Amino acid sequence: MASSSKLNAKIPEGTLESKWTKYRSTVHLVNPANKRSLEVIVVGTGLAGASAAATLAEMGYKVKALCFQDSPRRAHSIAAQGGVNAAKNYQNDGDSVYRLFYDTIKGGDYRAREANVHRLAEVSGNIIDQCVAQGVPFAREYGGTLSNRSFGGTQVQRTFYAAGQTGQQLLLGAYSALQRQVGMGAVTLLARHDMMDVVNIDGKCRGIIARDLVTGKLERHFGHAVLLCTGGYGNVFYLSTNAMGSNVTAAWKAHKKGAFFGNPCYTQIHPTCIPVSGDHQSKLTLMSESLRNDGRIWVPKKQGDNRKPSDIPEDERDYYLERRYPAFGNLVPRDVASRAAKERCDAGYGVGTSKMAVYLDFAFNTERYGKIEATKHNLHNPSKEEIMKLGKDVVKEKYGNLFDMYKQITGEDPYEIPMRIYPAVHYTMGGLWVDYNLMTTVPGLYALGEANFSDHGANRLGASALMQGLADGYFVIPYTIGDYLSEEIRTKSIPTNHEAFVKAEAEVNERITKLLTIKGTKSVDSFHKRLGKIMWDKCGMARNAQGLQSAITEIQQLKKEFWSDVRVPGEANELNSELEKAHRVADFIELGELMCVDALTRNESCGGHFREEFQTPDGEALRDDDNYAYVAAWEYIADSNFELHKEELKYENIKLAQRNYA
Amino acid sequence: MSHGNMNLTLKVWKQKNKDTKGRFETYNAKGISPDMSFLEMFDVVNEQLINENKEPIAFDHDCREGICGACSMYINGRPHGPKGAVTTCQLHMRSFKDGDTIVVEPWRSAAFPVIKDLAVDRSSFDRIIAAGGFVNINTGNAKDANNILINKDDADDAFNAAACIGCGACVAACKNSSAMLFVSAKVSQLALLPQGQIERQDRVLNMVKQMDEEGFGNCTNTGACEAECPKSISLENIARLNREYSSALLTQNKIHH
Repeated sequence: MASSSKLNAKIPEGTLESKWTKYRSTVHLVNPANKRSLEVIVVGTGLAGASAAATLAEMGYKVKALCFQDSPRRAHSIAAQGGVNAAKNYQNDGDSVYRLFYDTIKGGDYRAREANVHRLAEVSGNIIDQCVAQGVPFAREYGGTLSNRSFGGTQVQRTFYAAGQTGQQLLLGAYSALQRQVGMGAVTLLARHDMMDVVNIDGKCRGIIARDLVTGKLERHFGHAVLLCTGGYGNVFYLSTNAMGSNVTAAWKAHKKGAFFGNPCYTQIHPTCIPVSGDHQSKLTLMSESLRNDGRIWVPKKQGDNRKPSDIPEDERDYYLERRYPAFGNLVPRDVASRAAKERCDAGYGVGTSKMAVYLDFAFNTERYGKIEATKHNLHNPSKEEIMKLGKDVVKEKYGNLFDMYKQITGEDPYEIPMRIYPAVHYTMGGLWVDYNLMTTVPGLYALGEANFSDHGANRLGASALMQGLADGYFVIPYTIGDYLSEEIRTKSIPTNHEAFVKAEAEVNERITKLLTIKGTKSVDSFHKRLGKIMWDKCGMARNAQGLQSAITEIQQLKKEFWSDVRVPGEANELNSELEKAHRVADFIELGELMCVDALTRNESCGGHFREEFQTPDGEALRDDDNYAYVAAWEYIADSNFELHKEELKYENIKLAQRNYA
Repeated sequence: MSHGNMNLTLKVWKQKNKDTKGRFETYNAKGISPDMSFLEMFDVVNEQLINENKEPIAFDHDCREGICGACSMYINGRPHGPKGAVTTCQLHMRSFKDGDTIVVEPWRSAAFPVIKDLAVDRSSFDRIIAAGGFVNINTGNAKDANNILINKDDADDAFNAAACIGCGACVAACKNSSAMLFVSAKVSQLALLPQGQIERQDRVLNMVKQMDEEGFGNCTNTGACEAECPKSISLENIARLNREYSSALLTQNKIHH
């Protein structure tokens, strides 16, 4: 297989270990005086966006940062719970850059680019250093050193954390770095702004059209480069662990203006989420993967067993992950854990009223911790109650906020009875195709963090999203952007009365007018829910050709209905949440179709993409490396018309093998 | 579509924009399930309003899991409603009774102008952080993380202060609209850590100056902020802020005069 001539990944020559070091030392530079006249637009202020905007401003570039939230601090990175990986080997347990690289490639089911992943592992340690220097309060041991825990798909402890609020603390660190630059006038901050389109001039991205969400006014912004740090598209499923406002619009607009979309069908279904409780539900809440350090997953051995969990004796419980995957146990990767939960529930062993849930039980490890604490405190012959109380304090320190959240949502106390959990849409490995420099197929247009496709292959390992977002923003783009901007020092700021800006703004205006004048009968949310159901049923945890074909037809029909019958109340020139949602859902509908097309084209199972027709006798994903070891990069041709370009994945350092966690 | 069997009366603040006067409007929320969050109840009401060709109620929200700090409803006279230590999005309808009348207002503070209905402008908080809520270090200058050893108790206290979500409930709860709890949380986090020592004094002076310029009121030690904080940020932080501020003022006076 040869890569498409339209895709040049620009992977540096040399050995895997030397690529990034050599690249950094030879990439073109921009001198300080020239940086001052180069303008960079950063869309999104999560981990990738805030860290990129802050760092580029520190370097001297003129930066504009936009977010749709009322403050950059609210970007959805804030909700990441469990931790951030780094190959520090502080635990002396055999970790190394190579191991983090290897675990990530294997965890991604051999569908990620080696050079990018190795670079990610190389800079992972710098991230921890940088965050600590900013005052991020990571968990610590009594001796004052940093603490670590385990995450899925690894056998070392390399995850740094701040209780169950690691994303919050990392984002607040990046946000404070960003606000520092705002205070110095080096970053212009535009909160409550949506990016409506990108503007290309002579084949290069030269700016964006944005909408001030308070006044409704459309704005034109010029930039020598535009960075999309706009997160993932899990909300295409309507119900997901994403924030309500998380959307694909920026990436989708870029796609329609020439940026290829990479591996859109790779969706991560997270195994441990609070189950759906009713049709009123607006979002799903994650229970961090870190809980699988101390929580054991089980279902009753008997189908339809309605006894209370505490009444089911030990030998009548099926700890199915420990049974099927003894080497990794409860810490298998997310795709494996999710499919195993679905398999048990589909087979009739599920628990709770809906029977679409499994138990995540902390009793065993609460007791274990209690015994350790009793020994530490010199308590002899403590009672079971005393042990459980001491153990509960330990569990509380590790996961307190998660247990509180669970209790608040379900009304049940997880310290006393096991949590009920079920998989839910969480993350999208797919995203805009980017080269080694994080540039899309449109020169000057970049994608960072979850918005790009680059590092996680077909399945992301836990605690690697925070790592990637910050790697891209703090340590990758500050170098790689020089490769492009060094050629742009003669480009003067283009006035925004240029015809390309005028035309792009007119198109946005036209779309707003169209949405407001349909005056149909159905709300935006009703369309979003219908799209979500199609996607979950036919392009969710398991897919097959027949389902995907019918999903494509249904989505095309839904699109027609949306554009003829949606009801968007209110005006264009005011804060109008329904109008904002309408734009986003219209784009989700188009993306949903491409996801199904991609899933239908990939006749294999890998990571989060599980095609029922392609599985091993044990029900594991069956890859087809001869025919599908490529990145699917889709070019937008016209409505419902996408052309596939392949980037061949070459594994020069890792031997392709079927993943084995048993 | 019916979801449950609670019926409620809502009295909600409606205001077109910051330049117009607002008023209370009454809405009926029908078929509400006790398992819904307060915001999902608003979703049901808004869906119904849209179906009736009326304008939905504007409110801020995003993560709906109690961490982003966007949601901000003043419910029956209390920020984030009747339950302690939760945000509006984590408040569930099982905390109310069938037939209840619920009054919902935006945060009230001169420093938080109303944008529309229940959505307010909290950019004053961002400007306070921009004035000094950071450690002055550029990317790439950090040393190995374990070269900075931090006493676990200090690290835990810093974390507890850093857990602030910047929602502004403290300001809404305060009769003076003071932002002291918010400011003290960031000042405390960085004052407790070795990384924050270099600019410890400038930080507190600059952040307090910005806080005053934004029009927040003074602190009179009532403690409503702590009681209403969804993340249980402690009043001890305000005590620490006061110490930091006095000490910085005294030291800086010595230097400059």
